[in-house]
Formats: sequence, C-alpha cells, structure tokens
Amino acid sequence: MLTTNKQKYQQLATEHDKKRPLLRNCIRAFLVGGTICLIGQCISFFYMYFFDFTEQTVGDPTTATLIFITMILTGLGIYDKIAQFAGAGSAVPVTGFGNAVISSAIEHRSEGFVQGVGANMFKLAGSVILFGVFSAFVIALIKTALINLGVI
Amino acid sequence: MVFLWAFIVGGAICVIGQLIMDVFNKTPGFTLSLLVVIGAILDGIGWYEPLIDFAGAGATVPITSFGNSLVHGALQEAEQFGIIGVATGMFEVTSAGISAAIIFAMIGALIFKPKG
Repeated sequence: MLTTNKQKYQQLATEHDKKRPLLRNCIRAFLVGGTICLIGQCISFFYMYFFDFTEQTVGDPTTATLIFITMILTGLGIYDKIAQFAGAGSAVPVTGFGNAVISSAIEHRSEGFVQGVGANMFKLAGSVILFGVFSAFVIALIKTALINLGVI
Repeated sequence: MVFLWAFIVGGAICVIGQLIMDVFNKTPGFTLSLLVVIGAILDGIGWYEPLIDFAGAGATVPITSFGNSLVHGALQEAEQFGIIGVATGMFEVTSAGISAAIIFAMIGALIFKPKG
C-alpha cells in the first residue's frame, strides 16, 4: 500500500514538476553574469588606472568592491530580485558568494550576534569554502609531489 | 577588447553553472562547489592563468577563480617551504574574497534589518 502510494506520488510530482525553460534561463544567466563580469572589469580598470595595481593583483580589490556593492544590494532586497531573474547568472560570480554570506548574516540577526550571525554566516557558503580548500589541497599536493619527483 | 571578452567568458561560465543546475537538477550550493573544484583543477594543470590574461575580470569574478587562487597560494608557499606550504599557504592569495565577505556581512548585519 505504502509503495503504491509512493509511486502515485512520484507520478503526480513529475506531472506537476514545472518544465524548466532551459534556453531562456541560459540566456538570462549569460547576460546577467556577463554584465557582472563587465562591471568587475570596469572596476579593475579603475584600480589599474588610478592605483598601482597590475593585471595579476587587481583581482583582490575588485572582489572586495563587488562584495561591498553586493552588501548594499542584498540589504535593500534588490539582489534577491536579480537572483530570481538571473538564476546562475547572479549566483556564479563572486557576488553570489557574497550574497550567500551576507543574506544569512542579516537573516539570522534576530537570534543575536553570536548564536545568530556568527553561527549562520557560512551556512550556505561554507560548502564552497570546504570543497574549494580541500580540492585545492589535494591538487597542490599532487602537483608539488610531481614537481619534487621531477615528473614535471 | 578585454571588456568584451570579460562579458563573454564571464557569461559563458554562468551558463555552465545554469546548465549544471537545470540539466542535472542540482542545488546552487552544489553547483558553486563543483565550479570551485573545476577552477582548482584548471589551475592545477595551468590553464586558468592564461584565461585571466585573456578575459580579465571575466575569469577572476566567477567563483571558479576562488579555486584557482587557493591552488595558487598553496603552490606559491610550497615553492618556499616544501610540502608543508601546501597546507599553510592556501589563503595567501584568496584572502580578499573571504575577508571582504566576512567584514561586509558583519557590517550588513549591523545596518540592515531582516526582511519579512
């Protein structure tokens, strides 16, 4: 009885599962993601032109500036609206990482600054840091070992 | 010219993220983690640096650059201190993104009230 109910539910769920408009989503992601990177490029250009940053070092101040802009947009609730429209276009750039951290910080503020903000800040973005750090560790370890062994 | 390539390459990386989300039905958290790992692998085989030279912010702004700079810091430190540097040098290059996120998240939590 239970299994048939489950099967029925599965059927019902797949029937009502909205078909995702793949092409439209991709175009939106491309346009919004591209625009965010273009803004990033303008900020980089600004830093390279007015300060002594090179093409290799300009990434850091650009990232920080973009996350600052994200903070304001997230706080005013504008970033959520962009995210609804853009999907991955606003999630994949570093602003999406910033938004994940900042929105969970603001959201859990009512639970206090230690138990709420501090404990929940990396609730969403933590997995990105975990897998980034661990995979980077493994890859750098392999590469260092290969270099030391004289393979590359 | 680099502005155009920043737009195209950055947009293309976002499309890859959108495809992972829609075609393989993954959550945004999974997608971002996967992209970071891809970025780390690309830097491991030495392909990410040329992409940054070519596309500028189109390669540094997407989250893939996070994995790239983690590997970069680890390898830089490994050159100096050997295998221990792999563990200690990881955040050398990438600290800006994380510290900015933490600082601005705290400021944001101080200024803004939660919605709804």
